[in-house]
Amino acid sequence: MITEQDIVGRGAVEGAKLMRDWFARLDAAAERKETAAYVFVMGSLAEVLRAFDMHLVFPEINALQTAVRHVAHEYLGLAEDYGYSPDVCGYVKADVAMQLQGGKHSMGRLPKPALAIATNACNTYVKWAEFWERYYKIPMVTLDIPGSRSAAGGAAPGTEVFESDRRYLEIQLRELITECERLTGKTLDMDRLREVLGWTNRMAAAWQRVLELNRTRPALFNALVDGTVYLGVLNALRGTREGAEYFERLVEEMEYKAAHRVGTIQDEKYRLLFVGVPCYPIFRRFHEMFADQGGVFVASSYLWFAAGGLDLGFQYDLSRPIESLAEGILIGVRHAGDAMLFHDQTLIEQVDQFEADGIVYHPVKSCRTVSTSLAGSRKTLMKSRDVQCLFIESDMMDRRVVSEAQLKNRIDAFFEGLGSRRIRTAAASA
Amino acid sequence: MSATATAFDVAGVAALPLDAALNACRDLLEDPAFPTVHAWKESGGKVLGHFQVYFPEELAHAAGMLPVKVRGAPVEMRQADSHFGSYLCSILRSSLEVCLDGRLPLDMFVTHPICDAARNLAGVWARNLPYPAQILYLPQNANSAGTADYLRDEYARLLGDIEAVAGRRVTDADLRRSVAVFNENRRLMREVYAIKRETPWLLPVDQAYVLVALGAVLPREEHNVLLAALLPQIRQRTAKSQDKIRVVLEGGFCEQPPLDLLAVIGQSCYVVDDDLLIGLRFLVRDVDTRGEPLAALADAYLNGSSYSPVQHDTRKPKEEMLLERIDSSGAQAAILAAAKMCEPGLDEQVAYTKALDGAHIPYFVTEFEEKMSGFDQMQLQLETFIESILFD
Repeated sequence: MITEQDIVGRGAVEGAKLMRDWFARLDAAAERKETAAYVFVMGSLAEVLRAFDMHLVFPEINALQTAVRHVAHEYLGLAEDYGYSPDVCGYVKADVAMQLQGGKHSMGRLPKPALAIATNACNTYVKWAEFWERYYKIPMVTLDIPGSRSAAGGAAPGTEVFESDRRYLEIQLRELITECERLTGKTLDMDRLREVLGWTNRMAAAWQRVLELNRTRPALFNALVDGTVYLGVLNALRGTREGAEYFERLVEEMEYKAAHRVGTIQDEKYRLLFVGVPCYPIFRRFHEMFADQGGVFVASSYLWFAAGGLDLGFQYDLSRPIESLAEGILIGVRHAGDAMLFHDQTLIEQVDQFEADGIVYHPVKSCRTVSTSLAGSRKTLMKSRDVQCLFIESDMMDRRVVSEAQLKNRIDAFFEGLGSRRIRTAAASA
Repeated sequence: MSATATAFDVAGVAALPLDAALNACRDLLEDPAFPTVHAWKESGGKVLGHFQVYFPEELAHAAGMLPVKVRGAPVEMRQADSHFGSYLCSILRSSLEVCLDGRLPLDMFVTHPICDAARNLAGVWARNLPYPAQILYLPQNANSAGTADYLRDEYARLLGDIEAVAGRRVTDADLRRSVAVFNENRRLMREVYAIKRETPWLLPVDQAYVLVALGAVLPREEHNVLLAALLPQIRQRTAKSQDKIRVVLEGGFCEQPPLDLLAVIGQSCYVVDDDLLIGLRFLVRDVDTRGEPLAALADAYLNGSSYSPVQHDTRKPKEEMLLERIDSSGAQAAILAAAKMCEPGLDEQVAYTKALDGAHIPYFVTEFEEKMSGFDQMQLQLETFIESILFD
């Protein structure tokens, strides 16, 4: 018999341990002078790389750790001394600084890269991987994944456009496999690839369920804080048994919490959507400024795009692994792109699905993919739904543009507005 | 192209004395009201606006539309700022501003995933303007065996959307005619750059820029007539070579530096090559007019093109391409400019400086913004840099 003590909070504890273990494995690999594939969260190609038993290094995850641990400024300063402008992405600069220091970072050390893989899901990925290409003189593979061409959405499977995109991606995947075979001296084991895809299938199905479950009242997890832990595991352990089992246990926890009405905070007053990238330099404090007033983030666009499309729950067809992988990556990464570029309609739907009282837009200096059009998105949403919106700008890495006092003022005013709105609504319906 | 009238009398301008003709060209380029575009629309034509950097303008031209390069403008922001966040380059804002206020009337807008900000523009336009807006996914993997077919298909998809807006079908013959017009245009622009390289004292960087940039707002046939008339006159100028250093200017691939900034640079040095409006000159050789036109355009983009920070191609490492540009133009130094908040430009500056350090080539690093108006400090710094080379 599972008790509340056994299960509530299990995902956060186990997730944190999995991430620590993962960093420890990378540290040990660096110690043994093994190499890794450097990849990004949106289109990591984890399935292919794991089939070759390559270590994966996710520079975004390493970079955000420096901000959460309040040491990002040291890394940013080093990269700026090297020549990078204060105006470029803080993730890039933190990683450059790690590489300049031989892979040292706040959680250990990184193995050196043997291969750099960038997708076009973010243009800065390409510029970033070019740094590794130049600095380490390693091969760089750019995986081109055409996204939705317009706000009308992506072409459906079976259409000419989709099939052309899929063919292009499949050719690139086969070229990547050839490059991995050359680098590792191994031939791709198709059964091993099927096994990895199978773990991702289980992981994706579970992740989709976890997100759905948070529509429950009260919300079961905080999409900003707990969600970031889940996201780390989702990316770092994509295509592994431990990753799949973790998410299935997480579903079990969330089902339990839903059945027993155990919310992530004691007194849920306001259900909020988060749009943007978290404010990592004051990660805990940022969360508290909302939670202290009864605000809980029930969903976040971050969990949508930074999961590389896994929230769709796409299931690879294991009988035709490479073709299906091409299809899944195309659909998934395109979906992640839509979360950043064409998200208006989905946000409107989320307001309804999650019964949101408010939306917090948090564009950041470092990430223009996510941030460029949020002001306009907010205008569109406010025309469509009567919800309170908060628009606050800062950064995910650079504490020089994070003003806690100003944020607090704006957030307090936002809650005052939410409170007044609730009183007005109650009065009108009385 | 079903040519329609524009407000610019090309034949009349071409008949003026050269300096007066160049002044008229500059006046047109700096006119924030886009008179040629309005005249085109008023005579019944349709306009396709495409954001920086490269766009296969032949597709719009073959459908009878006027392709216009959306490249920002030094205008005051009244509406656009409220649609964007803070940490963005100027060209995004000013491009939206001139479309929102009607100064740049379009019937279709196309952006490209050249950078994280620009790929957002299709969504921004779709929210705020009544005509179709989309992304042309130019390939970021230029080195795959599948890229040429993909790009050909992507051009075919785009052409279908253009046909829908233009209200007419486009045949291969239409496309070949357009390719021929643009091949001639590319030849003439190569001649502009040949003059800059061979006799830079005859054509300062700001004047050369005006001549090329007019291609962004004029029907290409008219641009061809203009260049064909003015270039021989420029070659006959009597100006003498001065004791100025020869430089390559890098950093104008997207947001454009103000003309006055270029003029300041031109007072101090000869800009013998640059990447200003490189998208208009991205194809460095003629596009084949014999085969299947879309495949020929795709092949030219992949295998016969220049370089820029927004295209990754393992055959064209950008820092090596810069060194080659410096070498082939006989430049002694480089000016590395980047637009403020331009991620690809600022990232590339780092690689460029490391490569130039390695090659022992002096360089001057600066940032600019399209709406900046004071250049004294930059001029002072540049002159100090030049003196350090001249008196080294």
